Amino acid sequence: MMKAFTVLTGIAAPLDMINIDTDKIIPKLHLRTTERTGLGKALFDEMRYNSDGSANADFILNKEPYQAAKILIAGDNFGCGSSREHAPWALVDYGIRCVISTSFADIFYNNSFKNGLLPIRVSKSELAALMADAKDVENPELSIDLENCCIRRPNGAVIEFEIAPYRRKRLLAGLDDIAISLQKQTEIDRFEQQQAHDQPWLNKATV
Amino acid sequence: MSAAKTLFDKIWDAHVVDQSDDALCMIYADRLMMMEMQPQAFEGLRLAGLQVRQPSKILGVMDHVVPTINRAGPIADLISRKIVEQARIDYEEFGIELLDIADSRQGIVHVVGPEQGFTLPGVTLFCGDSHTATNGALGAFAMAVGTSEVEHILATQTVPIQKPKSMRINVEGELPFGCTAKDVILAIIGKVGTAGGTGYVIEYAGSTIRDLSIEGRMTVTNMSVEAGARAGMIAPDEKTYAYIKGRPRAPSGEDWEQAVAYWRSLPSDDGAKFDTEVHLNAADIAPQATWGTNPEEVVAISDTVPDPKNAPDEDRRGMMQRSMEYMGLTPGMRMTDIAIDRVFIGSCTNSRIEDLEAAAAVVRGRHVADSVHAMVVPGSGLVMREAEERGLHKVFLDAGFEWREPGCSMCIAMNGDYAEPGQRCASTSNRNFEGRQGREARTHLVSPAMAAAAAVTGHLTDVRELTLRGE
Repeated sequence: MMKAFTVLTGIAAPLDMINIDTDKIIPKLHLRTTERTGLGKALFDEMRYNSDGSANADFILNKEPYQAAKILIAGDNFGCGSSREHAPWALVDYGIRCVISTSFADIFYNNSFKNGLLPIRVSKSELAALMADAKDVENPELSIDLENCCIRRPNGAVIEFEIAPYRRKRLLAGLDDIAISLQKQTEIDRFEQQQAHDQPWLNKATV
Repeated sequence: MSAAKTLFDKIWDAHVVDQSDDALCMIYADRLMMMEMQPQAFEGLRLAGLQVRQPSKILGVMDHVVPTINRAGPIADLISRKIVEQARIDYEEFGIELLDIADSRQGIVHVVGPEQGFTLPGVTLFCGDSHTATNGALGAFAMAVGTSEVEHILATQTVPIQKPKSMRINVEGELPFGCTAKDVILAIIGKVGTAGGTGYVIEYAGSTIRDLSIEGRMTVTNMSVEAGARAGMIAPDEKTYAYIKGRPRAPSGEDWEQAVAYWRSLPSDDGAKFDTEVHLNAADIAPQATWGTNPEEVVAISDTVPDPKNAPDEDRRGMMQRSMEYMGLTPGMRMTDIAIDRVFIGSCTNSRIEDLEAAAAVVRGRHVADSVHAMVVPGSGLVMREAEERGLHKVFLDAGFEWREPGCSMCIAMNGDYAEPGQRCASTSNRNFEGRQGREARTHLVSPAMAAAAAVTGHLTDVRELTLRGE
């Protein structure tokens, strides 16, 4: 069952780079798991750890107060590359429930919603403002209100964001896509019968 | 008469099972291809007490973690062995056909689908791997999905999707000497950028695309995701039908005639509207090589490494500087001066028989440079056998290449085949991300002929010069 998302208040970590690809989020050696959990320790592995396995003190999630980040502010085209759902799994397992950027790769964007992770698209100027907020180590706290589709900044200002209504509805209630689709058995049966009639060659071919 | 439709519109409209929730459509999955990397999808089914709805519409392979040498016994690496053994249990329990490691048809999932005739024009095909768009070269709507969506398809044979926008990329004219399908797609990505296709399904069109072989078209659609698109497709034509005819899972007899009649109705109608159109002239394309750490950081082999000072904006300057540092290059150096330690010919982008022929044509009569470790990994067991029948393995072995067994190998470097830190690899694969071919390994994406040229000279090389000199 997916975790519901309503209001999230927490530290936002600035990751001021564009094109953060899925290999950066979770390197492939960590894909060789049969679990969905436990990937948080490998999040951003090659940036977060030195070759000897020690923490890279320069990486944002190794700095105070960002170890406890729940929100990530990142540059354009976040999550490009692979379809690995391990990317949102690793973020969520680490404790990050929201990523804010000017754009996301399609597959990552889609995978996020399946795992209770909210990706928010904002404009370039809004991202710059949020990046500056996050870089203020004294008070890098943001509040994300999915019900009202807005981000509350430390100075009290509000940034509104858009999200497809069906995505918002499912995330707010923690609804499971498969459970919803399984209620459509009749429609699926009907489709299959019609297709078998129209394209009788189609499924003989797969036998 | 109804409005003019695109190829994608036609396939989409024929697969909408239900549309009740505003923009979200329930799309029927005619085909699901699987590999060993989604044990979590089966575990999800077990936890929810669900069955696989249509096992006969699913085909499984092993490719990501399989070794490419010493395959007789169990896999030595214990983590990979566990993944493979779990996949066998899952496929068996849920009744899904598996082309296992010992099967002569085993190979990279996107090579096997078309090869087996599992991929057909007009079908919807999904796979939990970002290079699923490869299958779109046959005129299918083939889209990459995540593990949750794989589980969704297993349970319902449908997937909920919001309809993407459409982009047509038109490439016109005859490809210059020395240029291949790989150079076409790298040039396209260089033009539209790594996020240019985000939110789109791409249809590749124009005389250059039509003139490509089916295997060349697969190289093009394969890299759609490197331009940000989840799917890429090419209208089926006579070449497509000739490629499919007689394949094991293709329709035959009367069914064949009926199928072809339907497939002929699929190409985009004249006047069909695309949300975006992009135009390239084939004459402007030269053999390409990437210099950076994402596929849009690409130049013609005759160019120099670009200078971040000339970047269009601050973000891009930062990215270029980071790439430059990771790749250990300096602005202004000639691409052909970049020395190479490794060469990898393989991956779902370039591991089919024509790719191996193109590489062998350059290698024949030459030898791999002393400083280079080069290997060829065929895309499937059938490609491997065909290559051996044609004697290509001898060409590679005599030249000092390793000749391996099929799998993803050094494209994703999770099976034990990888480059060492700091090593530089000329690779026919699809991604040059940091760490992709091994921690701190450096990747230059090129065509098979260019990879072969780099192998024999020990540095990135303009294959046109090598071929001319050699003749």
